[in-house]
Amino acid sequence: MQELASESVVTQPIEERLELVRFKVDKRPHIRVHTEACRGCDLTPCVYVCPAGLFEILGGEMHFSYEHCLECGTCYVACERKAIEWEYPRGGWGVSFRAS
Amino acid sequence: MHAQQQFDVIVVGAGPAGSSAALVLARAGLRVALIERGEYPGAKNVSGAVFYAPGLLAELLPTFWDEAPFERYITRRVLTFLGRESAFSLDFHTRHFALPPYNGVTVLRPKFDRWLAGKAVEAGALLITSTVVDDLLYEGERVIGVQCRRDDGALYAPVVIAADGANSFLAKKAGLQREFSAEEMSLGVKEVLRLGVRTIEERFHLTGDEGMASEYVGEATGPIKGGAFLYTNRETLSLGIIVQIASLAQQRIRPYELLDRFKQHPAVAPLVRDGVTLEYSAHMIPEGGWQLVPRLARAGLLVAGDAAALVFAAGIFLEGMNFAVASGLAAAETALEAHRNSDFSAATLSGYRKRLEQSFVLQDLRRFRLTPAFVNNERLQNLYPELLCQAAEQVFRSEGRPRKKLGSTILTTLRSKVSLWTLLRDGWQAGRALFF
Repeated sequence: MQELASESVVTQPIEERLELVRFKVDKRPHIRVHTEACRGCDLTPCVYVCPAGLFEILGGEMHFSYEHCLECGTCYVACERKAIEWEYPRGGWGVSFRAS
Repeated sequence: MHAQQQFDVIVVGAGPAGSSAALVLARAGLRVALIERGEYPGAKNVSGAVFYAPGLLAELLPTFWDEAPFERYITRRVLTFLGRESAFSLDFHTRHFALPPYNGVTVLRPKFDRWLAGKAVEAGALLITSTVVDDLLYEGERVIGVQCRRDDGALYAPVVIAADGANSFLAKKAGLQREFSAEEMSLGVKEVLRLGVRTIEERFHLTGDEGMASEYVGEATGPIKGGAFLYTNRETLSLGIIVQIASLAQQRIRPYELLDRFKQHPAVAPLVRDGVTLEYSAHMIPEGGWQLVPRLARAGLLVAGDAAALVFAAGIFLEGMNFAVASGLAAAETALEAHRNSDFSAATLSGYRKRLEQSFVLQDLRRFRLTPAFVNNERLQNLYPELLCQAAEQVFRSEGRPRKKLGSTILTTLRSKVSLWTLLRDGWQAGRALFF
């Protein structure tokens, strides 16, 4: 049997999807990551669970951004090392869904 | 304390739970503050979104269906078991769900939530948008108000209703809710695709304002625990996956890649073909069920909706907005009673839980408390949908050779991968979870 479903995946880059979403970006980040706790983290759940793809390990170091955060809170629930501090952005800032 | 900073009730969060509560309280003549962190109600809110049992609103707004921004009413329910390249569906139509107040309707949350909050405002509630509530204010053990994140941001009321959503910092700060584990929370990601009215009617066999709610298990989310959904709005589709966070992290597949994979499944691709993505969104869902429901009250504080994990995710049921509205109404009635007796103690406010226990809200969650564990069963998630499709393929395959009887065909397929003992045990579990 041909493996159609999983082998022929064409994915739309997450950046393109995020361009459809309205963000009012605050200068003050609402996510803080204690990146020293990320060193040696093999699982890196944040990298895989974030629906906006905001977390990335580059050269063994955690890099993240908060600007296009969809405000779901999944990252801090998934992080077993409790390295992620997450709060709501200031009132009126952050994501505004319009068509959902 | 400024006079205008004193309210009778403060409601945090203008989603379905908060706005329903605020509407009832304002109608009763109380001074109500309804605080929303988004620029407008619904700006931060995401769900599938089918609103089941919208008739709950008829109590407040007798002909709400004439003016509420509903997309379509659901007359077609589909449950599909997806194999790698096949699909086995249970497809149910009924005209009986086509009469007001309707059995379920699709909504777009930014529109719907804004409309419902507007009703609370019409009734006299003060809607304060673009405002985050960071903490509760106490007098001894009693909650007496909230601290907003702004200068001079203290607001006072003898009752606060926390309807601040799945990430309820207030319920946690008040010591009612604990931290969540990645096993009991799910992530939903969704796209809204524009197809046009005609295409939707033709493609999904719908007439007029009829709509479809369709859910998928199995290959829909690959090896990750969860499922997918496809709902018809007036001229768009809401299409998404809902996955358990722990499972997503373990399997190392990104949610948007999984969504694309679902869209490209041979049974799904023709349904979404030519759809133009209008928006991508995500939300965390407290799918843990009964075990996730926190203490619901303490002196001066009630917790409602997603903030109290009142989400009914039990296999074939996927409901939340109705649980939000019902809990908002129960919270409002409890707050009214407290005001009548000028008693805001924990004992009086515990009447809230009793109200929910008498309604479908806690009865459904309790009755189906075994279902989340059953739904997360590895075999149900991955193996059985595939086997069901294989069995169907065997049954329908015509090869010009003598056939076996159906029972033998099906059993042979199932037993190629599962022992009879495991089958019986899973059957028993399914029974306990859903049937008896």
